[in-house]
Amino acid sequence: MNERPAAPVDRLPVLKTHKVYVGGKFPRSESGRFDRALAPDGTPIANICRCSRKDVRDAVTAARAAQAGWAARTAYNRGQILYRIAEMLEGRSGQFEALLAAGGTAPDEAAAEVQAATDRLLHYAGWTDKFQQVFSSVNPVATSHFNFSILEPMGVVGVLAPESPLLGLVSSIAPAIAGGNTTVVLVTGGQPLPATTFGEVLNSSDVPGGVVNILTGRRDEMLAPLAAHRDVDALLLCSPDPDVARSAEIEAVHNLKRVAVRPHEDWADVQSPYEITDLQEVKTTWHPIGS
Amino acid sequence: MTKSTQTAGSETPKLRLGGHDGWGYAPAPESTDHVELRDRYGLFIDGEFVDARDGRTFETANPATEQKIADVALASDADVDAAVAAARRAYDEVWSKLAPRERGKYVYRIARVLQERSRELAITESLDGGKPIRESRDVDIPLAAAHFFYYAGWADKLDYAFPGRGARALGVAGQVIPWNFPLLMAAWKIAPAIAAGNTVVLKPAETTPLTVLKLAEIIRDAGVPSGVVNIVTGAGETGAAVVQHPDVDKVAFTGSTEVGKLIRRALAGSGKHYTLELGGKAANLVFEDAAIDQAVEGIVNGIFFNQGHVCCAGSRLLVQESVADDVISKLKDRMETLIVGDPLDKNTDIGAINSRAQLDKIEEYLEIGEAEGAEPFQTSCPVPDRGYWCRPTLFLHASQSHRVVQEEIFGPVLAVQTFRTVDEGIAMANNTPYGLSGGVWSDKGAKAFRVTSRIRAGVLWANTYNKFDPTAPFGGYKESGIGREGGLAGLHAYLQPEAAA
Repeated sequence: MNERPAAPVDRLPVLKTHKVYVGGKFPRSESGRFDRALAPDGTPIANICRCSRKDVRDAVTAARAAQAGWAARTAYNRGQILYRIAEMLEGRSGQFEALLAAGGTAPDEAAAEVQAATDRLLHYAGWTDKFQQVFSSVNPVATSHFNFSILEPMGVVGVLAPESPLLGLVSSIAPAIAGGNTTVVLVTGGQPLPATTFGEVLNSSDVPGGVVNILTGRRDEMLAPLAAHRDVDALLLCSPDPDVARSAEIEAVHNLKRVAVRPHEDWADVQSPYEITDLQEVKTTWHPIGS
Repeated sequence: MTKSTQTAGSETPKLRLGGHDGWGYAPAPESTDHVELRDRYGLFIDGEFVDARDGRTFETANPATEQKIADVALASDADVDAAVAAARRAYDEVWSKLAPRERGKYVYRIARVLQERSRELAITESLDGGKPIRESRDVDIPLAAAHFFYYAGWADKLDYAFPGRGARALGVAGQVIPWNFPLLMAAWKIAPAIAAGNTVVLKPAETTPLTVLKLAEIIRDAGVPSGVVNIVTGAGETGAAVVQHPDVDKVAFTGSTEVGKLIRRALAGSGKHYTLELGGKAANLVFEDAAIDQAVEGIVNGIFFNQGHVCCAGSRLLVQESVADDVISKLKDRMETLIVGDPLDKNTDIGAINSRAQLDKIEEYLEIGEAEGAEPFQTSCPVPDRGYWCRPTLFLHASQSHRVVQEEIFGPVLAVQTFRTVDEGIAMANNTPYGLSGGVWSDKGAKAFRVTSRIRAGVLWANTYNKFDPTAPFGGYKESGIGREGGLAGLHAYLQPEAAA
């Protein structure tokens, strides 16, 4: 893909095939189509998969299959796995800095973004066994009942990933999976390579296959089928464009998906337990107290 | 086990207590002499009762007698505009500037007067909506007062609503409520909204406006500033005008899933806040290790409370096969004791169906259930000649694909299915688009909590059913709604966290 060398070189670099991440595997798009990831000057850097609506359906199937098991993991275990993702990202920081730089991020900013993304994973790793304590309740009902409200994951969350290629990506995925959801992540921005490479980080971090599924391609081909899919429980729409949110919200009405919109372009401060609780349901349970 | 199996369906005559085989109860009607009802009710806008601008009205009637009670103003778009404008003005100029403690005091006042006028409100609720006086007296009105009392106390404690964040009100809330719990639903909507600092425009259902209009009197008499609470009466068009009004910041709707989806679609892309409390088709699971007699009481309460006009009604009975004959036999016996009739009679168990339209819908489902092949069972109790009535009904041997299993009937009709294993019961319970509530009956704690944790619904009752409390969040998973009412989660529905520092 790089510029054609003027003359044969001693060693030809091995170029990487960027594939998608579905069900813990790295398939190509079923469609066989591709798009090009470009440098800021328009030079092609790599080929990426241009996923289809069928890829979206396959990813939802994988996410659904993984959801009950992931939610059944202990909060402690989910915390350790998120911590492990942070470890793996830290270990690959040089690779991600290079990918960000290739996409036009200044080198010092690229280093800062990789560090921030790593720290963000650590932040949510710590929340997995704490948000329930902060946000659940024992309710003092006026009858003789033990009554409590806990948070449960919404289930399968469709994520339209933000333009922010690494920090935004991590900031949208981490709180969803910290709370026991599984995700189908659509990467449609101008810098998809950190996302495809982040799939490799996830795959080497004890994250069960299907918990995070990452598809690359075009928003206008993938978002509507994801938003309309009846086996998706919630959408996290990371886009500053109100028309994008609106059209996805209309598709989401079919099964009354929960929709959270994140219009941020700067993701530096998008970090709080409310990012987790926005993708949780409240369940209230009653039981009599008596003999 | 063997014994009960033999008993089921046997011809042994049984002694029954009830209104229709010789051991009847004497009538015990509630006196209505101190209830004042006007012939004509206006809209409550900006602290005053006014006629609709175009002068239109509609009638509200007693479903137990089919007689008209009053003419009620029919709000048009112009009236809704005026109500929203009043709410906006009250929000900007008064309510948002009031000290939170003082705001709370107004809400406490409302709670107190509701308690003082409880008997009048209970009778009015039963007259206008058809529910048994025992329920309006012991459930609807006390819970409505409790909701105002609970949320009043939150008014000056909003800093504790979102840990680590400040909280602020949303602005003007547009609210639409159904006819099954008229005053209670108004309390669920208005109490958290105004305690959190919002102002409201609320539309009650067209068949049950009267207790909400009495609540408007109470709010006025409590000295609540004009425009903080506005009531616009009317039917679907009025409700649509409320929820689609451009100057409403928050929409709260309780009603059908069908209408909820229309509202959700209209709100797409608006960035407005919303809570939707929609339909349900809850499973009530009875396991072989349940206390069977208690479970039968729970089944009856689950489906026949308020004539089954309950979104969280336990309208699907899933009973483990090994005890099915026993449970169904006891259930039929218990159902035969239920008294259907005068809502104002203190002995009445099942009152009037809320409206002719609702009775038509229920009767259509009775035909559908039979046509689909389920086996109907209906009790033999007498019902009055006039009014809208439906005897308690079972559909036995219903299957998962039957419409009486999948669709919300909103009447005293229970679909009965059996299951063998815990996993099968859970799978059947989850096999509808709804997810509002569920019930589990088992004396094994580990099993009960395993089941409650695996049913995808917002409210789970284990060894009880249809219990409500202002401190307990209520609301649905899946197509039963979005958001919660009650408790701290219900307060969140009327606040937004401030941005992180």
